Amino acid sequence: MSEAKQYKYIGTRSIRPDGFDKVTGRANYGADMSLPGMIWGKILRSPHAHAKIKSIDTTKAEALAGVLAIASYNDFPSVADEVVATGEGSSNLLDLANNILAKDKVLYHGHAILAIGARTAAIAEQALGLVEIEYEVLKPVLDVNDAMAADAPVLHDNMFTQGLAETPTKASNIAARQEFKMGDVEAGFAEADLIVERDFYTPTVHQGYIEPHACTARYDADGQSMLWCSTQGHFDVRASTAKLLSLNLNRLKVIASEIGGGFGGKTTVYLEPVALILSKKSGRPVKMIMDRDEVFKASGPGSATRNWVKIGAKKDGTITAMQALLHYEAGAFKGSPVMMGCMTAFTPYAVPNMYVEGYDVVVNKPKVAAYRAPGAPQAEYAAEMVVNEIADKLGIDPIDLRLQNAAKEGTQTIYGPKLKAVGLVECLEAAKNSPQYQEALKENQGRGVAAGFWFNVGGQSSVTLNMNPDGTGTIVEGSPDIGGSRASMQLMAAEELGMPAENLKPIIGDTENVAFSAGTGGSRTTFATGMAVIEAAQDVVRQLKERSAAVWNLTADQIEYAEGETFSGDNRMTVAEICAGAERTGGQITGRGNINARGAGPSFAVHLCDVEVDKDTGKVDVLRYTAVQDAGKAIHPSYVEGQLQGGAVQGIGWALNEEYVYSADGHMENAGFLDYRIPLASDLPMIDAIIVEVPNPFHPFGVRGVGESGIIPPLAATAYAVSQAIGLPITDLPCSPPNVLKVIQDNA
Amino acid sequence: MPVVEYKVPENIDAAVSMLSNTKLSTKVMAGGTDLIIQSRAQSSDPLVVIDIKRIDSMMTAAIVDGGLHLGPSMSCAQLTARSDIKAIYPGLVEAAYLIGSTQVQGRCSVGGNLCNASPAADTIPALIVNGAECVIHGPKGERTVAAEDFAVGVGRNCMEQGELLTRIQIPAPAAKTSDAYLRFIPRTEMDIAVAGAAVSVTLDADGTCTAARVSIGAVATTALLVTEAADALIGTKLEDAALNAAAAAATAASKPITDRRGTIEFRRHVVGVLTRRAAVIAAQRAKEK
Repeated sequence: MSEAKQYKYIGTRSIRPDGFDKVTGRANYGADMSLPGMIWGKILRSPHAHAKIKSIDTTKAEALAGVLAIASYNDFPSVADEVVATGEGSSNLLDLANNILAKDKVLYHGHAILAIGARTAAIAEQALGLVEIEYEVLKPVLDVNDAMAADAPVLHDNMFTQGLAETPTKASNIAARQEFKMGDVEAGFAEADLIVERDFYTPTVHQGYIEPHACTARYDADGQSMLWCSTQGHFDVRASTAKLLSLNLNRLKVIASEIGGGFGGKTTVYLEPVALILSKKSGRPVKMIMDRDEVFKASGPGSATRNWVKIGAKKDGTITAMQALLHYEAGAFKGSPVMMGCMTAFTPYAVPNMYVEGYDVVVNKPKVAAYRAPGAPQAEYAAEMVVNEIADKLGIDPIDLRLQNAAKEGTQTIYGPKLKAVGLVECLEAAKNSPQYQEALKENQGRGVAAGFWFNVGGQSSVTLNMNPDGTGTIVEGSPDIGGSRASMQLMAAEELGMPAENLKPIIGDTENVAFSAGTGGSRTTFATGMAVIEAAQDVVRQLKERSAAVWNLTADQIEYAEGETFSGDNRMTVAEICAGAERTGGQITGRGNINARGAGPSFAVHLCDVEVDKDTGKVDVLRYTAVQDAGKAIHPSYVEGQLQGGAVQGIGWALNEEYVYSADGHMENAGFLDYRIPLASDLPMIDAIIVEVPNPFHPFGVRGVGESGIIPPLAATAYAVSQAIGLPITDLPCSPPNVLKVIQDNA
Repeated sequence: MPVVEYKVPENIDAAVSMLSNTKLSTKVMAGGTDLIIQSRAQSSDPLVVIDIKRIDSMMTAAIVDGGLHLGPSMSCAQLTARSDIKAIYPGLVEAAYLIGSTQVQGRCSVGGNLCNASPAADTIPALIVNGAECVIHGPKGERTVAAEDFAVGVGRNCMEQGELLTRIQIPAPAAKTSDAYLRFIPRTEMDIAVAGAAVSVTLDADGTCTAARVSIGAVATTALLVTEAADALIGTKLEDAALNAAAAAATAASKPITDRRGTIEFRRHVVGVLTRRAAVIAAQRAKEK
């Protein structure tokens, strides 16, 4: 891929095929499906953060006119203690069931206990109020420090820390320990002229997708069932729901609605199995919709973390050793992304001596779910803050320090493989040459630089490309489109077939009309599903040649294909002509691309953030922001820029104002967008997006996923800019006005 | 709260009569930007809604003898578009401009803001520093209450059953008088004040402050009129010492709580900062008059 290829369709900014439906409001989202005879399901949620359920009496609720079904944990067929894949991660089936409907203990404020299906939402709501539950309220643990204390209340009496030399016999809130090492950190620190170490805190944050979880379920008398839901992976919904309800996969059709944001949070199930149980018991279709309060309290946020980082460097800027100790909150059930934190923390650096230790800790908060580059922003925040401090103390430009130590092709990672071609150096250089980096700062202003690394994944994708008799085609893929990926699929097929993008319509098939495809997560869709699209298009080309060969009495290897035409000597046929004649040459043409994509290329990002701090109030204004990222090859540059900008904005929100606020007894106090403050359009400047293209050698067009890396650097870029503006170290997020003012006043 | 009856009186007497003769819980609705959200709360009590937007005098504003007669239900968008009002009370108009969003401002009103009696209401401190009076009609006739006495607690106002706020009257300001309102929110809009401060100052020819009023919001159960802060400004040329003294007086008068929007310490500090900054802006505006 050394020379830049010329492309006709990819790299253009075509109109997205789903755009018209979305701007006119015609697109159908999770809550938009209604069926004849449908009833409404509502969930009764725990008012306590930690309590034993002593008894449940539903007599009065059942007696209410209009109540048709009640679902509880006991309605799950016997659930096994096994692991199921759920989108970007995996879940223990027992934990998943227990999270969906609590068995005998509630583990967080908002934990679902039972569900009621009734003729109207109001009746269901009223019936919830008639359920009588007796609790034995327990003391909650709300932070890793509390959870790990010797006398901490234990959430699960069968949880024994995994990953220690010897498994303990006493149950604790520490689910697992992990460690990654490379070289000898002690020897590395001994070589260092400067060592900086600090503790950092990041709060619980939510993905903040605008569309709440919603589904419509129908369980039919013949045992067939259907789910319509807003999800990043309908095959994963099918897998976990079928497991939980002991259904064969061919008995459950899952249709992915349009999706109003997910960011990792829609890779598991909450309502779907419950709606099916209610439907089975009532004999009616059931619709369930979470309100915003429920989304905050009871879907899966991102882990709060306490992380310690120590880095040593020589005077000339050579980093000699990097060490971290990470503690991630998993929420009520084990399974935080701490391992990803361990693997990503120091990967932007080519340093021989590294040691990272991570702990997965349960607390009385909702079970975390994936959130855009799950686990990476928190660990890399801590690492990048210390790298910046090292640069400052050594008097070296922070980009130069990173260039000097940058990971590149061949760099050994702490998690095993050596990096293949990557674009960190190119991103650093682009950031250094950016207009923003040339601009001088004024009083009360500060600048922060940070890098970010995310692996990206490949995995299974299935595509069929059905050609129509007029030569147009329908691309049926199995990856829900959360970021404009249908436009990219269209462009890649157009490039391969040499025909206009609008002649190829991309759709998301349901679980019955396309083969298994992994969910949209891990920045995989444009990379992996794109490869399946390319393969399906190549399959179509192969068949077009065969059909032409049959007509011209030649063999397929004598036929060329370009620009939507087959040709051989003076013979020429357009795709439309071949498709129109398909009836006579063997039937209609369908291309297939069923793959397990390997070779996902990591995407590095480098961000610059300039802020001004009002030192009297602690308020931070972002003045200017540049997001640089390696896209490998930008198939649709507008949506790549959108990913860079969106990641930056979410990360800035994480850095500045977003946090779950809990009372001492574990009640979430800001379960709404008024007091859980994501950035508004008016809060931020336009994010300057710079796309770097270092092709991924394992993708036909060089694509790297770009969905996630962009959320990693903003935490440190923003927080370090704040610390520069106030001349004081920042360690704890968010940099909200009260927190920043406190840092200023404590040091006055 | 299910709405069981929706009434639309054409004049104040009819509205007062409807408000007086009801056994059910009754709410007056202007824009409904608070009421509609509150009515979603879990309560099965039936509610009667009286929509007063058909009453002309509730929906209009007029400059009378250099002062303002404001129909309490006139939308904030209409108010903020009135350059004649803005020229006299820029602080009040900027307070109205801070409520909600552009869409919300198309419906919300200063009277609604007053009656809702939120401690964080943006327009109340601005009304207080301008000496606004609230004219109330009820079964027993008309009475007038100073803006600082209108709200009596969190979400509670001084009106009795059957009474309706029918006019907000603001006197003509003295020469070289102006006002300003500032609030603190962590973002730029779509938020509720963590603290707010309104200041009105009157200057003499050589720039000495001869009269002042200071009111602070979101730092007590109701917006407070802080005479100590005003006294710190009066007789000075608003130099640093006077501004700092006013800020300190505002901080001292505040009685905030810690909640999800801010801590006691943060609110007490910031209300002082806002008081100081609002005084500077008001003085600049007064000078330019």
